[in-house]
Amino acid sequence: MTSEKNEKPEKGSESKKMTGEQQRPEWANGLRQLYDAVVEEPLPDTFKDLLAKLDKKS
Amino acid sequence: MADDTRTPSQKADFKRELTDVVPHLRAFARGLCGRPDMADDLVQETMLKAWAAQDRFEPGTSMRAWTFVILRNAYLTDMRRNRFRGEYDENVAERILTAPAGQEDPIHLSDMHRALLTLPPERREALLLVGAGGFSYEEAASICGCAVGTIKSRVGRARSALNSMMEDGDIPQRSVNDATAHRAILKELDMVASGNGLASKD
Repeated sequence: MTSEKNEKPEKGSESKKMTGEQQRPEWANGLRQLYDAVVEEPLPDTFKDLLAKLDKKS
Repeated sequence: MADDTRTPSQKADFKRELTDVVPHLRAFARGLCGRPDMADDLVQETMLKAWAAQDRFEPGTSMRAWTFVILRNAYLTDMRRNRFRGEYDENVAERILTAPAGQEDPIHLSDMHRALLTLPPERREALLLVGAGGFSYEEAASICGCAVGTIKSRVGRARSALNSMMEDGDIPQRSVNDATAHRAILKELDMVASGNGLASKD
């Protein structure tokens, strides 16, 4: 699976703005925070109910 | 291992692992579709599909990656059926997306999320998987059913788009009421869906 429709690499703009992964823009943490904030939310009862019901199926 | 049916203990393992990834499914779904209520519907749909397909799960592999494929496919299908339109509910987002207590928040997380939702879906999901979910490029490629280079390119483009939006504070409202924009979104989705993920056998 090496040569599936690759998108053309972007020229210029990106390499100028972000050279190297270590230079993380401010928003990169925000992205992670968005995700982690949801992960850490208490699980609503609907999900617990659904999980409990799964065993009865099959 | 078990040919067609799993032992009770394997089922118990499966259920435990599935339970453990539910918060991650919710986070991924929320990032993809933006609306918490619809995201949760999508997660429930994913859980049911995963449960029904559990014989196809290889024990010892990543439950998170496996269920993300199912969620992604369900999302794409639902999108094409027009259930979600990437609508953004400012009030809900404001409530949901406040930073965890005690954490300084130099950027506005709701801006962040809105900016994320303006990205084309294939770039958004690539960035979510790698930048938020912490998957490697290889894992993300396998989840999306595309080449590693494609994922790298999508993440790169998503990052530079977000860079300029966040730097300039210029976050376009992607109008979904506009028929042209809507058609464009659907076309993009077809493109994304054509690079089917691993569990796209249905």
